[in-house]
Amino acid sequence: MNKENVIVVNGLTKSFGDFVAVDHISFEVSKGEIFGFLGANGAGKTTAMRMLCGLSTPTSGKAMVAGFDVFREAEKIKQNIGYMSQKFSLYEDLTIKENIQFYGGIYGLTKKQIQEKTDYLVAHLHLQNHQNSLVKSLPLGWKQKLAFSVAIVHDPAIVFLDEPTGGVDPVTRREFWELIYDASERGITVFVTTHYMDEAEYCHRVSIMVDGRIEALDTPKGLKKTYDSVSMDEVFLKLARKAVRGE
Amino acid sequence: MRVLKYLLQKEFRQIFRDPSILRIIFMIPTLQLIIIPMAADYEVRNINLAVADHDHSVYTQQMIQKIKSSGYFKLVNYSSTFQEAVTSIEADKADIVLEIPAKFEQNIVREDHASLFLAVNAVNGMKANLGAAYLQNIIQNYNNQIRTKWVQFPPIPPQTNINVSVSNWFNPMMSYKYFMVPAVLATLLTLLGTFLTALNIVREKEIGTIEQINVTPIKKYHFILGKLIPFWILGLVVLTIGFLIMRFGYQIHPVGNMLIVYLFASLYLLSILGLGLLISTYADTQQQAMLISFFLLMIFIMLGGLFTPIDSMPAWVQKLTWLNPVSYFIDVVRMVVLKGSGLSDIKNHIFVIIGFAIFLNSWAVWNYKKTS
Amino acid sequence: MKQFFAFIKKEFFHIWRDKRTLFILLGMPITQIIIFGFALTNEVKNSKMAILDLSKDASSKQLIQKMSIGKYFDATSVLYNYQEVEPIFKKGKIKMVLIIPQQFANDLQHGNQAHIQLICDGSDPNVANTLSTYATAIIKDFQSQLVKEQKLPYRIETDIRMLYNPELKGAYSFVPGVMALILMLTCAMMTSIAIVKEKEMGTMEIILVSPLKPFGVVIAKAIPYMLLSMVNVITILLLSVYVLDVPIRGNLILLLSEGLLFTITSLALGLLISSITDSQQVAMLISLMGLFLPTTVFSGYMFPIENMPIPLQVMSNMVPAKWFYFIVKTIMIKGLGFQYVWKETCILIGMTVVLFGLSIKNFKTRLS
Repeated sequence: MNKENVIVVNGLTKSFGDFVAVDHISFEVSKGEIFGFLGANGAGKTTAMRMLCGLSTPTSGKAMVAGFDVFREAEKIKQNIGYMSQKFSLYEDLTIKENIQFYGGIYGLTKKQIQEKTDYLVAHLHLQNHQNSLVKSLPLGWKQKLAFSVAIVHDPAIVFLDEPTGGVDPVTRREFWELIYDASERGITVFVTTHYMDEAEYCHRVSIMVDGRIEALDTPKGLKKTYDSVSMDEVFLKLARKAVRGE
Repeated sequence: MRVLKYLLQKEFRQIFRDPSILRIIFMIPTLQLIIIPMAADYEVRNINLAVADHDHSVYTQQMIQKIKSSGYFKLVNYSSTFQEAVTSIEADKADIVLEIPAKFEQNIVREDHASLFLAVNAVNGMKANLGAAYLQNIIQNYNNQIRTKWVQFPPIPPQTNINVSVSNWFNPMMSYKYFMVPAVLATLLTLLGTFLTALNIVREKEIGTIEQINVTPIKKYHFILGKLIPFWILGLVVLTIGFLIMRFGYQIHPVGNMLIVYLFASLYLLSILGLGLLISTYADTQQQAMLISFFLLMIFIMLGGLFTPIDSMPAWVQKLTWLNPVSYFIDVVRMVVLKGSGLSDIKNHIFVIIGFAIFLNSWAVWNYKKTS
Repeated sequence: MKQFFAFIKKEFFHIWRDKRTLFILLGMPITQIIIFGFALTNEVKNSKMAILDLSKDASSKQLIQKMSIGKYFDATSVLYNYQEVEPIFKKGKIKMVLIIPQQFANDLQHGNQAHIQLICDGSDPNVANTLSTYATAIIKDFQSQLVKEQKLPYRIETDIRMLYNPELKGAYSFVPGVMALILMLTCAMMTSIAIVKEKEMGTMEIILVSPLKPFGVVIAKAIPYMLLSMVNVITILLLSVYVLDVPIRGNLILLLSEGLLFTITSLALGLLISSITDSQQVAMLISLMGLFLPTTVFSGYMFPIENMPIPLQVMSNMVPAKWFYFIVKTIMIKGLGFQYVWKETCILIGMTVVLFGLSIKNFKTRLS
């Protein structure tokens, strides 16, 4: 990797009492890359991601996100990242427009920028007729696309997506990934956890976590070759079987 | 500052989007402020009296007549057996039994003294005490009446007479409403402010939106201020409605300066909202937040002097009232509205309440953790 | 039936897992009954008094001495002129000012009438009346000490017996009242939340497709809270007897059964609230803000119901706590039996049936 690295992780660890949720993980992610973060339920993906977002303080190790240290400069990181959690977390009792306006405002966008963003997003997501309806009235797939768009409303360096496509149909998932590619082309680094193996194929590089450790990290092609498999599914099963932790 | 503007805009939108909550915010305090003070009247009157008369003489009739005409007592049972009268106490029909022995009249005239027996239902000690005192007083008056009829000279030599004149200030009509309305308003405002803020942050925790906030570079105090200010304004609106009801509904004309009450109320609201926010930062669920605030508020309100005098509480409880914001507010509202106390009279109250506001809100900011 | 029990078990686990809530639910009645049992009394005592003694002679000192000796007055301030009276009231602490005019002793001894002036803070009319009554009685007593003891002719003596509560303790009426208040509020709130939460989280649909009938679901949710409340009833009673010295004079089994009945009434009210609301916030605000003051005021343990205007007296009949307070007072303090409370018991049963009926009706129309 000769390109500029926006995430540099070295020996990052998080334990809750005796339980080591994330166990000395190390990796780098470069600018504009789509980085897939795979693992069975309970493997430690979400915990690792929350540390990188500054939502959770690591127990030990080192990590730089967008050039800032996760221990000392969590708030500076937050200015430069977007985040979309597993649980849908836009305000359901606000309209689409109001949500965009709110998050834009919080990230310090000017009024004009917010107006432009709103127009762009509404047009891009084909929500012209719905911009004044409450978010709770939208179908799940639309909500998730909206949540993603709001997460990058301030054009962050990196966006973290935690299982963004849970529970949506394949067509919508496809559309969602188009949004991800768009973002990546605009230079936004995408860090995404998923357990859909077809999605793993869309990533530039994939890491697989088992029991809090990173067992494998390579391009999807490279992984399939190393583990002598025809699909990512097979790679994943081979690795995940080693897991000791239950769900 | 711009961030704060967006936070406030969002909070207000959410508040006005839910009409059922809004209705409750305005309706419950209004209705209760109209109804509760009418019901809250301590004055001991309408005491139910049962008489067991074994004498049936002219004197007993005169005495009973005198008791009835005092306006404090209602004769609910008149019988010839003590047992019947006591049964009416047991059934809660009567509060006091007056037993008049046989030969009552005869004893007064011939033996120079006769006894009466009073049995008082003392489950409510206060009512029992005052009721018995009133009754004794009437009987003594009747006694004097008989005496002056039989004896020519006044019973008490004039040179030792002390004339006691009593005047009651600040509430010339001696109306309970003057006392209760301001305090009920204070209580309702407290309940509303604490509950709403206590439920607010924790609600964002429950539905998960707080994660999205925590991952933004928003400042902690901006976030808390964004929650504090909307409810502060709402509280002042409710307070104003309350004052209008007090002034035009109950015709209570504040003796003191209303601006002082507003000033104090605005500071008080900040502290009580801070308490709510603090609870909200500790709670995991709305249910917990509600239970904790209910627990604290019930203690604050019951010990705040709303219903029972703080002076009568044991010393250790009186010390606890120093930590009770509600007692300061009830105190100040009553002082200014009824007595016309000025800023210099309540300056200690003001300092303490500012202290509470700063302490509770800073604690809330400190305890709101963006990073776990 | 088996499914029903499985469901109750599940609800129990829910409550058991949330240790904080459980701790508050069980700890709250204990703290409150202790604090309120000790602190709440409508007796008037230790009232702060200021003294303006313009006479400063032996008699006035004697009178002041006599006034401050009892439990009613604390002479905390001394004033020197009339101008100080109003400001000291405005400072807020002083409830009464005793004014002894100049030459008090002289007036007493040389045959003139002596005067005493009492000024009370009338903000609280009850306190003002009581204080002036107490003070007048003390002054009269002082006066009669000056008169030579003499037996008056034609005396009527009154012999008073205070029934049930000879020491006139506040706790005797407050314990049953606070018990009614706590049970009503916690039960109503917990049930209303438990159901609305499922609606809010969207898990209600899942439950409704279960083989259990909707009403079975609702009952199963209420049962754990009923048991919890019975634990609370028992703790409250134990504390009343062993800490507050309030006796249980009547039949314990009867008292507990009435407690159970009232718990069920409160749960039914909680169900009704949950059947008409969609969010936890609304349910909680209705069950706490909506019930707190009305239950306190209309149950009759604070303010005599017979003093209220007639429409409010009629309204008070709709407050279940009023009937429960009467029942507890009768059984616990007066020591009377079921024949004295059967009517009130029937009223509570009637209310419970109506509340259940209404909530079933609401649930049915909303769920279909």
